[in-house]
Amino acid sequence: MAMNYNAKDEVDGGPPCPPGGTAKNRRPDNTAFKQQRLPAWQPILTAGTVLPTFFIIGLIFIPIGIGIFVTSNNIREIEGNVFMYYGLSNFYQNHRRYVKSRDDSQLNGDSSALLNPSKECEPYRRNEDKPIAPCGAIANSMFNDTLELFLVGNESYPIPIPLKKKGIAWWTDKNVKFRNPPGGESLKERFKDTTKPVNWVKPVYMLDSEPDNNGFINEDFIVWMRTAALPTFRKLYRLIERKSDLHPTLPAGRYYLNITYNYPVHSFDGRKRMILSTISWMGGKNPFLGIAYIAIGSISFLLGVVLLVINHKYRNSSNTADITI
Amino acid sequence: MSFLPKNLFEQFHRLANVYFVFIALLNFVPAVNAFQPGLALAPVLFILAVTAFKDLWEDYSRHRSDHEINHLGCLVFSREEKQYVNRFWKEIRVGDFVRLRCNEIIPADILLLSSSDPDGLCHIETANLDGETNLKRRQVVRGFSELVSEFNPLMFTSIIECEKPNNDLTRFRGCIIHNNGKKAGLYKENLLLRGCTIRNTEAVVGIVIYAGHGLWVRRYQEKKSLFDVPESDGSSLSPVTAAVYSFLTMIIVLQVLIPISLYVSIEIVKVCQVYFINQDIELYDEETDSQLQCRALNITEDLGQIQYIFSDKTGTLTENKMVFRRCTVSGIEYSHDANAQRLARYQEADSEEEEAVPRGGSLPQRGSIGSHQSVRIMHRSQSTKSHRRTGSRAEAKRASMLSKHTAFSSPMEKDITPDPKLFEKVSECDRCLAIARHQEHPLAHLSPELSDVFDFFIALTICNTVVVTSPDQPRQKVRVRFEVKSPVKTIEDFLRRFSPSRLTSGCSSIGSLTTNKTAHKSGSNFLSTLSGDSTLFKLEERLGQPAPAIASNGYSSGAASWTPAHTAPEQKLELEQEQEGELRYEAESPDEAALVYAARAYNCALVDRLHDQVSVELPHLGRLTFELLHTLGFDSIRKRMSVVIRHPLTDEINVYTKGADSVVMDLLLPCSSDDARGRHQKKIRSKTQNYLNLYAMEGLRTLCIAKRVLSEEEYACWLQSHLEAESSLDNREELLFQSAIRLETNLHLLGATGIEDRLQDGVPETIAKLRQAGLQIWVLTGDKQETAINIAYACKLLDHDEEVITLNAESQEACAALLDQCLHYVQSRSPCSAPEKTAGNVSVGFSPLCPPSTSTTSGPSPSLVIDGRSLAYALEKNLEDKFLFLAKQCRSVLCCRSTPLQKSMVVKLVRSKLKAMTLAIGDGANDVSMIQVADVGVGISGQEGMQAVMASDFAVPRFRYLERLLIVHGHWCYSRLANMVLYFFYKNTMFVGLLFWFQFYCGFSASAMIDQWYLIFFNLLFSSLPQLVTGVLDKDVPADVLLTEPQLYKSGQNMEEYRPRTFWFNMADAAFQSLVCFFIPYLAYYDSDTDVFTWGTPITAIALFTFLLHLGIETKTWTWLNWIACGFSILLFFTVALIYNASCATCYPPSNPYWTMQTLLGDPVFYLTCLIAPVAALLPRLFFKAVQGSLFPTQLQLGRQLAKRSPKKLIAPKETFVQGHLPGEPRTESSEQKSISTSGTFSQDCTSQASWHIQRPACFPEASGEPNVADMNVPLREDILLEGLGSQAQGSSMPREAILERCPGDSKMKPTSTSRAAPLSSIFNLSNFSSLNWISSLSLVSGLGSVLQFSRSSLQMDKQDSEFLPSPPQPDQDLCGLSGQTTDYF
Repeated sequence: MAMNYNAKDEVDGGPPCPPGGTAKNRRPDNTAFKQQRLPAWQPILTAGTVLPTFFIIGLIFIPIGIGIFVTSNNIREIEGNVFMYYGLSNFYQNHRRYVKSRDDSQLNGDSSALLNPSKECEPYRRNEDKPIAPCGAIANSMFNDTLELFLVGNESYPIPIPLKKKGIAWWTDKNVKFRNPPGGESLKERFKDTTKPVNWVKPVYMLDSEPDNNGFINEDFIVWMRTAALPTFRKLYRLIERKSDLHPTLPAGRYYLNITYNYPVHSFDGRKRMILSTISWMGGKNPFLGIAYIAIGSISFLLGVVLLVINHKYRNSSNTADITI
Repeated sequence: MSFLPKNLFEQFHRLANVYFVFIALLNFVPAVNAFQPGLALAPVLFILAVTAFKDLWEDYSRHRSDHEINHLGCLVFSREEKQYVNRFWKEIRVGDFVRLRCNEIIPADILLLSSSDPDGLCHIETANLDGETNLKRRQVVRGFSELVSEFNPLMFTSIIECEKPNNDLTRFRGCIIHNNGKKAGLYKENLLLRGCTIRNTEAVVGIVIYAGHGLWVRRYQEKKSLFDVPESDGSSLSPVTAAVYSFLTMIIVLQVLIPISLYVSIEIVKVCQVYFINQDIELYDEETDSQLQCRALNITEDLGQIQYIFSDKTGTLTENKMVFRRCTVSGIEYSHDANAQRLARYQEADSEEEEAVPRGGSLPQRGSIGSHQSVRIMHRSQSTKSHRRTGSRAEAKRASMLSKHTAFSSPMEKDITPDPKLFEKVSECDRCLAIARHQEHPLAHLSPELSDVFDFFIALTICNTVVVTSPDQPRQKVRVRFEVKSPVKTIEDFLRRFSPSRLTSGCSSIGSLTTNKTAHKSGSNFLSTLSGDSTLFKLEERLGQPAPAIASNGYSSGAASWTPAHTAPEQKLELEQEQEGELRYEAESPDEAALVYAARAYNCALVDRLHDQVSVELPHLGRLTFELLHTLGFDSIRKRMSVVIRHPLTDEINVYTKGADSVVMDLLLPCSSDDARGRHQKKIRSKTQNYLNLYAMEGLRTLCIAKRVLSEEEYACWLQSHLEAESSLDNREELLFQSAIRLETNLHLLGATGIEDRLQDGVPETIAKLRQAGLQIWVLTGDKQETAINIAYACKLLDHDEEVITLNAESQEACAALLDQCLHYVQSRSPCSAPEKTAGNVSVGFSPLCPPSTSTTSGPSPSLVIDGRSLAYALEKNLEDKFLFLAKQCRSVLCCRSTPLQKSMVVKLVRSKLKAMTLAIGDGANDVSMIQVADVGVGISGQEGMQAVMASDFAVPRFRYLERLLIVHGHWCYSRLANMVLYFFYKNTMFVGLLFWFQFYCGFSASAMIDQWYLIFFNLLFSSLPQLVTGVLDKDVPADVLLTEPQLYKSGQNMEEYRPRTFWFNMADAAFQSLVCFFIPYLAYYDSDTDVFTWGTPITAIALFTFLLHLGIETKTWTWLNWIACGFSILLFFTVALIYNASCATCYPPSNPYWTMQTLLGDPVFYLTCLIAPVAALLPRLFFKAVQGSLFPTQLQLGRQLAKRSPKKLIAPKETFVQGHLPGEPRTESSEQKSISTSGTFSQDCTSQASWHIQRPACFPEASGEPNVADMNVPLREDILLEGLGSQAQGSSMPREAILERCPGDSKMKPTSTSRAAPLSSIFNLSNFSSLNWISSLSLVSGLGSVLQFSRSSLQMDKQDSEFLPSPPQPDQDLCGLSGQTTDYF
């Protein structure tokens, strides 16, 4: 882009205002703004002016892309904290009616909403004349398989890998958005006069044994309630914390995954997956961004070259043409 | 206040608003709702509120101006108080008696019942209605004029019946039934029309017959602007799902496609554009202290697309000030160089003078008369309207406006600098005659030339209808009771008056001043002069003049006062100013006043005019009083006027005729070429004709002055028939016409004058520029054809090189036939068919000069001149298409004598049939209908009342501002709006695209990943400001380049920036960008644990960045405002997002975006996607733009590059720019060179001649049907032509060269081209005569049928061939005769 800052004469005095007539005078003010003479940068898009931009983009993007690519590919090694995900595909958690089918007030522990959930929850609002807690389709369809990981070592019995349940949900969700209803001593009492979602086996206050991970603030539940953006998604299931710097979190060996199969996916032609992954500074493993950066950078560079050629040719042939414009 | 419901009702007339409200309401249906219902309603309400506010503001300003007019005051008779009381205009009701004084504006249509004028007359000026500044005479209703005492409204018992109000200003019928049962007709002569101004009459009383409360409250007409309801429909993107609910929801979600903020943004941008146009200092007129006003806020972009300009002439192109420029008397030209210099000086002096005048409280002191006028008005307004803020600007403005209205009063028009030579001659005449006046034949003592000079000035002075008024009071007509008042009415009367016993009856016929030589006269004469003296003395006293001691020693005192002046013309002029400056001339036509002022400059001053006598004052001769026997008024068919007078010096009956040269030259006494005197006469005539042509070339309005001396017998004979004609009941007009024709023959040519209707500053330049900008300019004027054509030439609307098609038809059939011929002709000129014809008909000598190349045949297209009557025929349903087709081919169209209705019909026709964007510009009320019909109406303010301005969309102080308004602001407004609208659609398509692609991944459930808040407010808040700034401030090409390269305007006319191609290209780009912006985040977050809205927020951010960058590519000028706006947008988005995402943990279902943005800001992927997606999306566009800018730059881009390359030296590359890229442009500057090199016009002559041959059979029968008069005139005229030839051939080369110098564009090239055609070159020396003859040939009408005349050049060719060749190669004899006829009728 042409970089010469074409500052036009800011305020050229103009003819002086006639004396004495200022009050009566309708003469418009001769200011740069009113006369549309504000100093302005006036880029003209031609090959010559634009081609540096392309080169600069190329020069910036390619290194970034390489950096990202390398980072992403380094995720392979199972070091540091390992994240255990379950993945579902062909599951439209982002369907409009599905997304709406929840009552945030109820989930926030509002007692009136607990007993009288929002209409959005229909048809999972009431069951047998009792309000459903948590209401709605999202809650109703909560993933309820149980995954257990064992290391099959040299020993005869597999060693269970400790899976951390807590810390998988957003802190704000766990502490601000989701709250158990107030009142009663036990969680069960707090949820009295409500019924469990239709598809659930257990009521909401029996999701977990630990009281700070039970009811609405159960993290599995919270994670599930954050509806996935795309039909193929994964959700964080457990954390495998690194115990010490000396040992890898998951040492090499044979592992054994025990799945308690509760969640049917065949009906909607879905698939279930379990993913173990570490994350880098930029999240999980996804080579796309790196490749995209490299690709865009290269394309930009190429286009820059094309422009250079055009500019070269054009300048040669058009030096005269410029004059005869 | 009823504003709100009314305004809402109006707003819901707009389909889009209904649509948006519908969508908002749809949200209230639970099954469908996509957003929170209240939230969805917010933008609609916001937009309605903004629009309502704008309308409110507009209405208020309108209301204010209406209020101002409605609260003008006037005197209305109150029955309760039994006297006239002051009332507002709006309170005037039908049946009120209104008393109006001089110079007051008439507040309603009023029937004139009483006038202070003894004859029951009242003069009104109708400039406000029809733009004519002359005075019209109105008469008191019959039955009331006889009242001697003052009219008493209480005695009024008559019943008035009249028709319903109509639009026709010229027609009014009704009758009044007096209480004695007598019925009297009411005509338009009795009607004072609202908006006119009372002139020359002290006071009138009338009864209001039409008034209306809403009369002045002009309805607000909303013009449809270009970018109305955009036709695109969200449902077209509807997914496969059949569920109605889902579909409806989809509509809601995808409603973003039709941006609700588009309207509000466009409105805002237009208001800002209007503001900037208003603020443009270049459109500010120092002289009138007014700037351009935009009265319509919503059609600014139309300014950039105008294809047709319809302009009024008088007051729009011209200043409507007639100025005497030069004259020729008895074949000798008096160039009045000093006068010309003086006029040139006025150009600059005017503004300075205006500057010096203190404004506001005191009034413009423009010469004695002007100041008198304004002071009077001021006085009145102060006394009668004390309730108003006196001395306010509005008041002063109105007053100064009014003073302008009493036209012919500016010093420019009055202070004519006499030509010294001519002045000397006039003085000599005066002196000689003063000495010889009482001898037998006083005029015989003068040489023929001096005698002509004397007669010339007498004719100038008296051959008119100028009314003399004194300044102190409105003219008080002096009734001299003992005189015979009426003109000669009967034969007996005539005999009585011309019998020797004139003492009793015609005493004032020799109303000259007494001199010591009176004693030499007969006793009766002595007595008569004595009585005359006393009369005159009284007269002068009443006129309030400083009366010299006339009665005692008139001659000596007169001589004393004049003698020093005589020796030193300048001094004398001042002296004269002092004395005569007190007199005011008011004329029906400005030309007349100009001539009278001119004569006064030569000390031949009109001092008094009664309806039967005229007095002229000369320095030595003193006062000469001519008995006015008859006045044969001007009419447009005769094109002349005459007075019949009895000359006080010779007692002869003289006829002075003043008229269009084309007419008068044909009526001259044929002079034999035998005797020397006859030859001399011929010579004089041909010379005069030459000068006339020269004047016409200069764009002056030419008039010929001629004289005829009638013998008593001839007069008696004529009088008899004339009286018969006057008294005849049926076809009286026709008989009078014939009678006038009988009188006005065998004239003796005295001389000719050239009057300038001064063009406004810069009109030719403006027209040239507008032409270059590709605008077709049509002039629609009520003026007569000659004047219109003169002006058209003067302002370069017509070019001397180009052909003029004149269409004057007398009947529907004739018009149809003519149209066909013209069409045929025009088509024959088109490149495909013309060459063969040219080759076939052109004589051998010329063939090398007109090679059948396209450059020859597609020379300048012809211009069309059509008169009002033909226009009426041409606008009939069956002919309008042909007419339009013809007009479309023409470079310019001139419609003369057109009525306001016709003007609007023409505009309407062009607008509807050609689908063209039209602009009408005018200054008078007669232009109002045209202004309202056109897409853009422009009123010229401050010249002729406010009506045009009130009806207009834009009001400019002068015509020349149109150039900047259209070429600069129009272009900017158009390109800004077009780009903004394009950007808007891009933006919304792109945004909707994002949602659309998502549908593939959400089961087509109309789900949205973008939070509803972002969806709804994205257009309204986050992305609107930068585009507004760009839409308001962006300048694609700087103003100076636009002005130097007006052809850049064509981009707007061709809708280059808003073409379907551009639109779809933009849409495709939007689709691509949305793909990129959707799939980069999609892939980046594929198979991740991101939730819907955490994923949607980066997409929103990406969209915002993309939009801003896209706008950045589109923005041509980056000011700090653009930067700030972009920064502000980004900042606003993140601020709002952060606040919104932190505000409530459980609100805003379903997205519930609590802490989303905060989380995202900690995620590097967010930044990475936000960086790569916009860049990837915009790379192709940037690349494409760059390549296009380098390889295929548009004109506009070239203009910008030009401006950039040499911002200071625009003038130098300008030429090359023009020539390099737009060779076909009509350019006035270079036309001269072109014609020299290619002799394009010459070959065009061949073409036109060729087509003339083809057309001849069709034309001839009509032409042969001309009345006798025309036939009779033909030989006469040829005679003159030959005469002129002869005189030229005798070798008086001097004038010819002078002419050649003066009109290089036309005549210079002729010798050049003919010098190659050797055999003709010798004759060509004479060609200037005929080549300059176009003026006479332009007007051609035949009596019954009509003759089509194509061009002066074709004529010229004919003449060269047939008449001027010494040994003519004899072309078609018929052709020769025909051309003679066509030229000479008139």
